[in-house]
Amino acid sequence: MPFSGLPAAVLIGALAASVACVCQAQQNTQKEVERYRQLLAEGNPADLFEAKGEELWKTKRGTRNASLEQCDLGLGPGVVKGAYARMPRYFPDTDRVQDLESRLVTCMVTLQGFKPEEAMKNPFSAPGRPSNLEALASYVAGESKGMKLDAPLRHPKEIEAFEIGEQLFYRRAGPHDFACVSCHGESGKRIRLQELPKLTDPADARKIFTTWPAYRVSQGTVRTMQHRLYDCYWQMRHPQIDYVSEASIALEVFLAKYANGGEIQAPGLKR
Amino acid sequence: MRPAAVLAILALAGCAGGSGSDDQARQRAEQVFRESFTHGNRQIAARVERQDEVQALCTRYRNDPPKGVAAKIESAEAAAIRYPASGKLLGDWRQGEKIAQDGYGMRFTDPDTKRPNGGGCYNCHGIAPAEISYGTVGPTLYRFGAQRGSGDAMQRYVYGKIYDSQGFTACSQMPRFGNNGVLTEEQITHLVALLLDPASPVNK
Repeated sequence: MPFSGLPAAVLIGALAASVACVCQAQQNTQKEVERYRQLLAEGNPADLFEAKGEELWKTKRGTRNASLEQCDLGLGPGVVKGAYARMPRYFPDTDRVQDLESRLVTCMVTLQGFKPEEAMKNPFSAPGRPSNLEALASYVAGESKGMKLDAPLRHPKEIEAFEIGEQLFYRRAGPHDFACVSCHGESGKRIRLQELPKLTDPADARKIFTTWPAYRVSQGTVRTMQHRLYDCYWQMRHPQIDYVSEASIALEVFLAKYANGGEIQAPGLKR
Repeated sequence: MRPAAVLAILALAGCAGGSGSDDQARQRAEQVFRESFTHGNRQIAARVERQDEVQALCTRYRNDPPKGVAAKIESAEAAAIRYPASGKLLGDWRQGEKIAQDGYGMRFTDPDTKRPNGGGCYNCHGIAPAEISYGTVGPTLYRFGAQRGSGDAMQRYVYGKIYDSQGFTACSQMPRFGNNGVLTEEQITHLVALLLDPASPVNK
């Protein structure tokens, strides 16, 4: 189900309609629901990001004037189909566990000759400043659509990343005492009207983890898994987490274990 | 929390804590954590890198501490609750409603330190019935005062619970709004009024 926010919103909207009090929040909620319905009818705007990503993938860029077509995403140079379904994973050439975005940066550096700081300069788009990484991630993820997530979790470094991710998931800190588990430890809960998945429950995790990257209606762009973590830590009153940092990838490995077996429906469509 | 209480809790935790490999993973995770927040606001980073004792214990026991540890946390946190010097705990429910709605404060995009922090209470709780966009992480508080009364003892309980929820339930998910410096004593009295004042929409 690529559109997890809808059922709660519809339910609340329906409940609200039966209550005599007509307030601002209710009107806003109904407007939002209508906007969602319209978008669903028209298709997922992430399609455009996939198309742009594919074009970028095949375009010669950087000081080496090379495309990304020989990038090794884990299944060998040039294999895009199904690669996202096997991530995050250990890569022998970098001797690290990497997620999709981290690997895209590696290929931009090694194949195209970008400096790492250039490759990572604009991971999250802003109005008038589109992000190549959002488009590239949409394209690669889309090439695993319909496949089951099967992140390996066998190599010692993958296992170590899982253990670190597990510790971080429960780590409480900051002025609000928040940890990932503060919002993602129970099924069927909400923040305001937003449903929260219990990320250690495969039933929830398989539906959620597999729908990133996703077009976010509230932000008008595709957001990636790295952005999801950035946004969570922002809400948790932590500092900005470094893009493709070891902590972010460890958390993804931890989440992938519970999401394994879920069908990839990326790029998804979310609130 | 007082240093003596902290030492007592840590000593207890040392006996009851997790396995050696868990300790190793935790140390490694702490290192990775410090190395993964290097470009952001350093002041915020300093605060999250160093967990206080309660945060460290709740992390270690995944919010389900053994009874002895829980009792120590609860007594130390309850002792840390500061009540207003005026003795007045029932503020203005209208201001309380604004604070309950407002999620501003302490995020790295919240630069205006003069603007007061919000409580963000509706993120997790249903409160006044007019607000239908509320979360369900915590219990609904609608009709709280109407059902439980609004006398001195109840005011003291609600004030304390908002000031430091872990004085009542160790490793509660609710932020320790007063003890952690998120809300002021006066702001908390406004929230007490939102829940308890018979004139508040919560109790109508």
